[in-house]
Amino acid sequence: MANYTMHMLVCSGTGCKSAESDLITANLEKYVAEANMTDEVQVLKTGCFGFCEKGPVVKILPDNTFYVQVTPDDAEEIVNEHIIKGRKVERLLFVDPKTEKMVSDSKKMDFYKKQLRIALRNCGLIDPDNIDEYIARDGYHALGMALTEMTPQDVIKVVKDSGLRGRGGGGFPTGLKWEIASKNDADQKYVVCNADEGDPGAFMDRSILEGDPHSVVEAMAICGYSMGATIGKVYIRAEYPLAIKRLEKAIEDAREYGLLGKDIMGTGFDFDIELTFGAGAFVCGEETALIHSMEGERGEPTTKPPFPAESGYWGKPTNVNNVETFANVPVILLKGADWFSSIGSEKSKGTKVFALAGKINNVGLIEVPMGTTLREVIYDIGGGIKDGKKFKAVQTGGPSGGCLTVDDLDTPIDYENLIAKGSMMGSGGMIVMDEDDCMPAVAKFYLEFTEEESCGKCTPCRVGTKRLSELLELITDGKGKMEHLDELKRLSRVIKDTALCGLGQTAPNPVLSTMEAFWDEYIAHIKDGRCPAGQCTNLLQYIISEAKCVGCTACVRVCPTNAITGTVKKPHVIDQAKCIKCGACYDKCKFEAISKQ
Amino acid sequence: MSDIKVVIDNKEVLVPSGSTILDATKKAGVHVPTLCHLDLHDTKMVNQAASCRVCVVEVDGRRNLAPSCATPATNGMVVRTNSMRVLEARKTVLELLISDHPKDCLSCAKAGECELQDLAERCGLRQIGITGDAQSTYKKDITRSLIRDMDKCIMCRRCETMCNTVQEVGALSGINRGFNAVISPAFELPMGETVCTHCGQCVAVCPTGALTENDATWEVVQALADPEKVVVVQTAPAVRVAIGEEFGREPGSIVTGQMVTALRQLGFDHVFDTDFAADLTILEEGTELLGRLEAFLGGDAKALPILTSCCPAWVNFIESQFPELIDIPSTAKSPQQMFGAIAKTYFAEKLNIPREKMVVVSVMPCLAKKYEATRKEFSVDGNPDIDIVISTRELGQLIKHANIELTALEETEFDNPLGMSTGAGVIFGTTGGVIEAAVRTAYEVYTKKPLPKIDFEELRGFEGVRVAAVDVDGLMLNIGIAHGLGNARALLTEVRDGNPRNLHAIEVMACPGGCIGGAGQPYHHGNSDIIKKRQAAIYQIDKDMPIRKSHENPAITEIYEAYLGKPMGELSHKLLHTHYHIKDKV
Amino acid sequence: MAKIKSFEELKKIKDQVQSKVGLREKGENIDNLIQIRVAMATCGIASGAREIMNYMIDEMTSQGIENAVVTQTGCMGYCYAEPTIEVTTPGKEPVIYGDVTKEKAKEIIDEHVIKGELVDGIIPMTHKTIDQ
Repeated sequence: MANYTMHMLVCSGTGCKSAESDLITANLEKYVAEANMTDEVQVLKTGCFGFCEKGPVVKILPDNTFYVQVTPDDAEEIVNEHIIKGRKVERLLFVDPKTEKMVSDSKKMDFYKKQLRIALRNCGLIDPDNIDEYIARDGYHALGMALTEMTPQDVIKVVKDSGLRGRGGGGFPTGLKWEIASKNDADQKYVVCNADEGDPGAFMDRSILEGDPHSVVEAMAICGYSMGATIGKVYIRAEYPLAIKRLEKAIEDAREYGLLGKDIMGTGFDFDIELTFGAGAFVCGEETALIHSMEGERGEPTTKPPFPAESGYWGKPTNVNNVETFANVPVILLKGADWFSSIGSEKSKGTKVFALAGKINNVGLIEVPMGTTLREVIYDIGGGIKDGKKFKAVQTGGPSGGCLTVDDLDTPIDYENLIAKGSMMGSGGMIVMDEDDCMPAVAKFYLEFTEEESCGKCTPCRVGTKRLSELLELITDGKGKMEHLDELKRLSRVIKDTALCGLGQTAPNPVLSTMEAFWDEYIAHIKDGRCPAGQCTNLLQYIISEAKCVGCTACVRVCPTNAITGTVKKPHVIDQAKCIKCGACYDKCKFEAISKQ
Repeated sequence: MSDIKVVIDNKEVLVPSGSTILDATKKAGVHVPTLCHLDLHDTKMVNQAASCRVCVVEVDGRRNLAPSCATPATNGMVVRTNSMRVLEARKTVLELLISDHPKDCLSCAKAGECELQDLAERCGLRQIGITGDAQSTYKKDITRSLIRDMDKCIMCRRCETMCNTVQEVGALSGINRGFNAVISPAFELPMGETVCTHCGQCVAVCPTGALTENDATWEVVQALADPEKVVVVQTAPAVRVAIGEEFGREPGSIVTGQMVTALRQLGFDHVFDTDFAADLTILEEGTELLGRLEAFLGGDAKALPILTSCCPAWVNFIESQFPELIDIPSTAKSPQQMFGAIAKTYFAEKLNIPREKMVVVSVMPCLAKKYEATRKEFSVDGNPDIDIVISTRELGQLIKHANIELTALEETEFDNPLGMSTGAGVIFGTTGGVIEAAVRTAYEVYTKKPLPKIDFEELRGFEGVRVAAVDVDGLMLNIGIAHGLGNARALLTEVRDGNPRNLHAIEVMACPGGCIGGAGQPYHHGNSDIIKKRQAAIYQIDKDMPIRKSHENPAITEIYEAYLGKPMGELSHKLLHTHYHIKDKV
Repeated sequence: MAKIKSFEELKKIKDQVQSKVGLREKGENIDNLIQIRVAMATCGIASGAREIMNYMIDEMTSQGIENAVVTQTGCMGYCYAEPTIEVTTPGKEPVIYGDVTKEKAKEIIDEHVIKGELVDGIIPMTHKTIDQ
């Protein structure tokens, strides 16, 4: 009988796995066995810790030692030093970039200090493949409570009172959605979990499914009970193989335990869950498109009404929530609506998971109470901007969102505030940009994305987003004219107003918000033929300073197009007609003689 | 349902609950332009894709504009259809559409009939204020019947709705994403390699030039100009009640005589009538029906039901969709093909010319007939029984080319002998007509008594699926009728699954309304009343005919006596009957 | 796995499996717990540290002690006095006991852990604990 006194948790999310975390686990197990400590030290794989910037992560409990950027070769040292000799492996500890001090205890890291993990409560703490560990964390207790002590109306009331809103983007009150679906009578109803996370750089839902799949399974059953549905469907993108595997295991184990299937916990309630795989179309995150895709039709949205709650999957009342929304539900039932609604801002309750990405020090997955300011997220949790550069903007809400700027840093993040700022909560992607990012180019990037991901059904989205991205192309190519800005505005206005679904209606947001906040940059591209961030290659010239060039010829040797000429020890010159602006000479020059203009 | 109150441009109207905003605007006398929307009430065809966004309107309290065609009106709703916001949106959407549309209107097959063109004109579009110039381009797909030029597709989805929801053929659906999204058969196969039945109903509803007939008018002109050729023309029953529309006549105008004159003026050597061949069909099919009825009554339960086989799209449908029922249709060729077979044998012999010297042209309300004429079994040593098939619309073009004003022409008669026909032949043009014609003859042949009443009202109508029992002197014949292939599928599925209604004979026509609603007819632009008026005209012609039963057609009697022998006889079998092939297609 | 037939059964299972994550949950709250570290290097194990550790875990479980956590550490440098254990009460200096037997272990639990009273056998501190 093992009496574990130490647990070694190895992150087994998709990110850390791709950095060989499975081999780390195997090596740790090997050395623990060699040390004859298998009864005392448990090595196990968990879901994402969120601190992806420094993955793979190994966390040792109960002392909370947090090893970062661990390699499989480090396993031996960790076991020998930490376990056998009782000394921490200092070189693997996280170093706070601000204080430059080692931080051993993860709870004391800035990254974790301001976080509040509700949806992610079990991620990085339990073995997602082990249903017992979920049960040990009060798993399925909310379902048991709902089935034995509450009426469906009671459940809906708790969810309504908690103030939980859809975490997939729209922010529709979850309890209200459940209530509408519950009131539409039908011989069959469906609970659908939207796991078609498609925003570039977003991985909130994936991490929850990988780290705590049972929370979603349990919540779907609770939802089914509240609205009178016996079938749950998870629409999950096929590009999430690990999440699929963990979810399938979770469903299977729940069935084995009788927590899914017929007569759950002897209450007479039947509920089961099936998976449907999506092919990775962004638009299939829109609920009507998702439903059509599940039915085997082309994944494209249809006009609402009718809403899925009236006529959804196969024309039956259907409730669609996303993964993160569901993950909040069991704990809301267990701890109560008051507890949940005490967290967050006035109209946005609870927490929100964000995927921090871009030019930020701590890239990763975080969960903060609603109402936390952008400054706290970016500077405290995110550790500030990479390489000490200046913060310029943050794109929230993915391609449907807008750019927030320095002026918005102290804005508390919630649904209303983000919309007021021309952005949106979206599913929680947060892409941070620094002074080197060109905002018209950023807008172009997002428009190219929506243009490709548009289903092509309605005119404004099919043709309109194409025209927007063509205009942005002209501007970033230095061929823009002032009237193009009027055209951008008109097209954006009309697309927002006339597109069929959320994808099209929000597609112009990156254009409008960058024009609003960075008008000068657009003007600079058009009037001065200049890209202030030095990103738009067509507007860029590499110039060799005659004064600084020593004629070392290093640049000549790296230039792929032989655009640089000059004799040794004499200043060189770049032939602008031949230069392809690859920047190789700029990187190579040791004398700072080459500048971008 | 109770009425609800809606305010449209400050005008209050009451509409039944369940109405769309568009319905309410019509009630208010406000004409909101639409493009993708199409509502053919009588044929289940309601295209509510709401994809074009041309019909958007402003609704008080709503964040964005609402597509009026697909947004339910609610009580107390306040709608504005002509605010600056709406006008700008509509104009911009139209500009966007046109920015990705070829500008070859002058040479477009749809010129003058194009709904996008009409809309641009109506909105007074004078310039396209859109800078981007990328065009989505696709490979042209040409079948015997139609041409798909998807560069002109505006993604209205009408063809898809027609093909999938009404016809239930399922050959077309949306593919690709974003700017490259388009309607296509599965795997982007050519239409000819799919389950497409060539019914052409997609062409009938396409608002632009993306789907058009495969035009054969120039081939006709060339044949007529060739002094070596004897050019014979036949015109289908439904053509004479629709061709007038091409010349500004009211829908339902009967212009048979003027059409015959025009054909003669065009230079056809012999102007004949498919109605003659329809009568011939009745003799063959009727005889087959009676034979199979006899076997059925004798205990062979599988001898019935018999299915009509006049409609080539229908034949395609059963060949690809119901292989297990392939032995049920009558083996009688369609009237078009019977005509071709007789023209190139009997009539060619009469003229004493080889079949190669004769060019047989069909004028059909149908696009599938273009395909049918090319089926291998309908040719002799590579020489087809029917050389060229043109649609009603194409005939209109031909007449216009030749500077002939149809409506001003004298009326003349068809030539003989293949121009003589009966009322039974003409009703082939409408749903219910073929089976009524067959019953008229079968009754008298079976009972050897004259019909007490020629009109079988119980077989007429516009319902998609109709079932009626006909009293044949005490023997009750259960007749099933379907028009539109979706309805045919329902009826066929019923037959396949045990034929619970014990149907003995079934008529199917692929197009809504029958041939009068064929894909080669003048465009109805969503007005299904036009099809009903053509139907009334067909029955009017029948009523006015001196002879109304096929077996009483003297030309038919003569051809059996002089040439064919008897119905289902050896020569008839060779010339007038065919067989079917199971098609394994996607 | 047998099917769970009632909510009560689920709760029972939870009690059975609680220990699986109990240690991890304690880690979340470690600063408020009494930490008992058993030196589990080779020397300690050779002197019976493993038995002592298991005994303490079992004993504390059976007594239902929730505010303490038994964990292990490496060699503390008192090889002459193995098995050694370190007891750290929140807000207080760590205390190390040497030559711990089962009887001593029980005494430590009963007196030190439960009542907060030191017992005999303390070794003067000469090293820094793992957290410093």
